[in-house]
Amino acid sequence: MSGIHSKFNKGIIGWIDYRLPIFTILDDMVGTGYPTPRNLNYWWNFGSLAGLCLVIQIVTGIVLAMHYTPHVDLAFASVEHIMRDVNYGWLLRYVHANGASMFFVVVYIHIFRGLYFGSYKSPREVLWFLGIIIFLLMMATAFMGYVLPWGQMSFWGATVITNLFSAIPVVGDYIVTLLWGGFSVDNPTLNRFFSLHYLLPFAIAAVVVLHILALHQHGSNNPLGIDANGPQDKIPFHPYYTVKDLFGIAVFLIFFSALVFYAPNMLGEVDNYIEANPLVTPAHIVPEWYFLPFYAILRSIPDKLFGVLAMFGSILLLFVLPWLDTSRVRSARFRPVFKVFFYVFIADCVLLLVCGGKPPEGIWLILGRIGTAYYFIHFLILLPVIGFWERPLPLPKSISEPVLGGGKPAAAVAAPAKE
Amino acid sequence: MATSGSNGGADGVVRRDFLTIAAGAFTAVGVAAAIWPFVHQMNPSADVLALSSTEVDISKVQAGQAITVLWRGKPVFVRHRTEAEIDAARRDDTASLPDPQKDADRVKKAEWLITLGVCTHLGCVPLAFQGDYKGWFCPCHGSHYDTSGRIRKGPAPRNLEVPQYAFLNDTRVKIG
Ligand code: HEM
Ligand code: FES
Repeated sequence: MSGIHSKFNKGIIGWIDYRLPIFTILDDMVGTGYPTPRNLNYWWNFGSLAGLCLVIQIVTGIVLAMHYTPHVDLAFASVEHIMRDVNYGWLLRYVHANGASMFFVVVYIHIFRGLYFGSYKSPREVLWFLGIIIFLLMMATAFMGYVLPWGQMSFWGATVITNLFSAIPVVGDYIVTLLWGGFSVDNPTLNRFFSLHYLLPFAIAAVVVLHILALHQHGSNNPLGIDANGPQDKIPFHPYYTVKDLFGIAVFLIFFSALVFYAPNMLGEVDNYIEANPLVTPAHIVPEWYFLPFYAILRSIPDKLFGVLAMFGSILLLFVLPWLDTSRVRSARFRPVFKVFFYVFIADCVLLLVCGGKPPEGIWLILGRIGTAYYFIHFLILLPVIGFWERPLPLPKSISEPVLGGGKPAAAVAAPAKE
Repeated sequence: MATSGSNGGADGVVRRDFLTIAAGAFTAVGVAAAIWPFVHQMNPSADVLALSSTEVDISKVQAGQAITVLWRGKPVFVRHRTEAEIDAARRDDTASLPDPQKDADRVKKAEWLITLGVCTHLGCVPLAFQGDYKGWFCPCHGSHYDTSGRIRKGPAPRNLEVPQYAFLNDTRVKIG
């Protein structure tokens, strides 16, 4: 990586690179010096899209912070001031609010991509862990950001979510008081949430650097889930994937713009345009859509402590996924049984998302409970068992073979992989 | 690196080990002491703690009515109970309660029930005169409280909390 034998040895770039090998490093990370599997499909665009979302959130957030006031008496009015008085304030806020939604859309697709193609398996476990940590930090950031406009949903969402910690035996109530800085969600809470909402995105950026470092250690997984055999299986990141990522960004921005300019409040809750009132809880409080599946899990368990444990457990489970999935074949393309259950699992997540938005009564409560049970069954029972019994299809010998041969693997069924 | 010295005891312990352990322990205590202010600053500050009581005029609250007042940023229910509500609450002293408590232990004067207006599940404000027991109903996740503010059904684990309060005279209550 040192600039001494680098290809950047001419002119001013060469002069700089000799002293600070920044061009060499970039070239090795996202340039011609980074060999990438030649068969990556469009599901591999979502990593760079997530990075773009983070940048959009940071840029719009920093300018919003120039006009926003973190005080219970002024916060709501300052957001209205942004919307009505600040030049292009409406645009910046709509981009930031919908940007959070788009960020989650992108990251969810990114995660399901990993689930389908087995990207969490050896040797990419740490890469996967770092991804989950980013996801947890994102959830914390989005939650605290949603509190800032100090509407009714902001306030009651903050109340319900911070109260989750009161379920912890013995120290729960002390923790909640510590989080609030008072005896309810109030001005100290709003202030610290603003401080942390500003900080965490930069913490995310730092973890993203580690995520990419871990990625580059063994390179990207690919749709076939097999390791590259040699240079014939790889192409340089630049120009091939830089161009493909840019194309993805253009398409993404079309969807993003449609949301921001034509339906900026579609994903929001009308109640959040009512200023926070600590005496009245809205009849139907719901979190933002991206939290609904977890909210459904929380509500489907009739016990406070176990409800909270199940909700956190549903995410923490992802940390042990590399060991729960006992199959050594990565890609679902060669796992006919797993593939079916993968789609059932997606349907289950959608079911939970729908249930989370409905009042927890009657049929919705029952469906929510079924969905919750299946969620855990999928990870704790189905994945270990399927990996054991399934007969995987024969794997191609190399990445370049099926690419040149038309992309379809032979249909014959192999004997189950015995160890 | 220090084991080559001549002060080694029979069991291989050298004077340097004492220094290492002492320095390590001292550092640990120092780090903990340095972290504590950063944690404790998050707890309620002196002015928040100072605002800890509030006085309420209850003379205008008729039997069968309830008011909600703000105390330490939290709603407090002051409910003037009817005879029927008091009877129902007492009758249920012997029912199977998730958090057993006698009605008499939850009030100072039977006709005045004073509790925090904070659902013990996740902190929403329950709605008065609703739910299966006509006490309160919490719309957030469906907890039902009776006319003594006791949890009867739903995910909330405990009865509505009774704050510290005192009747200053017949028409004024001091909460906190
Ligand atoms: C991971 C990146 C981020 C996410 C997911 C995120 C998410 C959110 C969300 C969901 C809201 C509420 C939007 C609304 O309904 O009004 C919000 C508000 C806000 N965010 Fe962020 N944010 C991020 C980064 C940042 C950064 C880096 C700043 C810089 C200071 C920032 C500053 C603000 C401000 C001032 C508000 C209040 C104004 C408003 O409500 O629009 N955000 N954020
Ligand atoms: S907060 Fe009242 S039932 Fe959940």
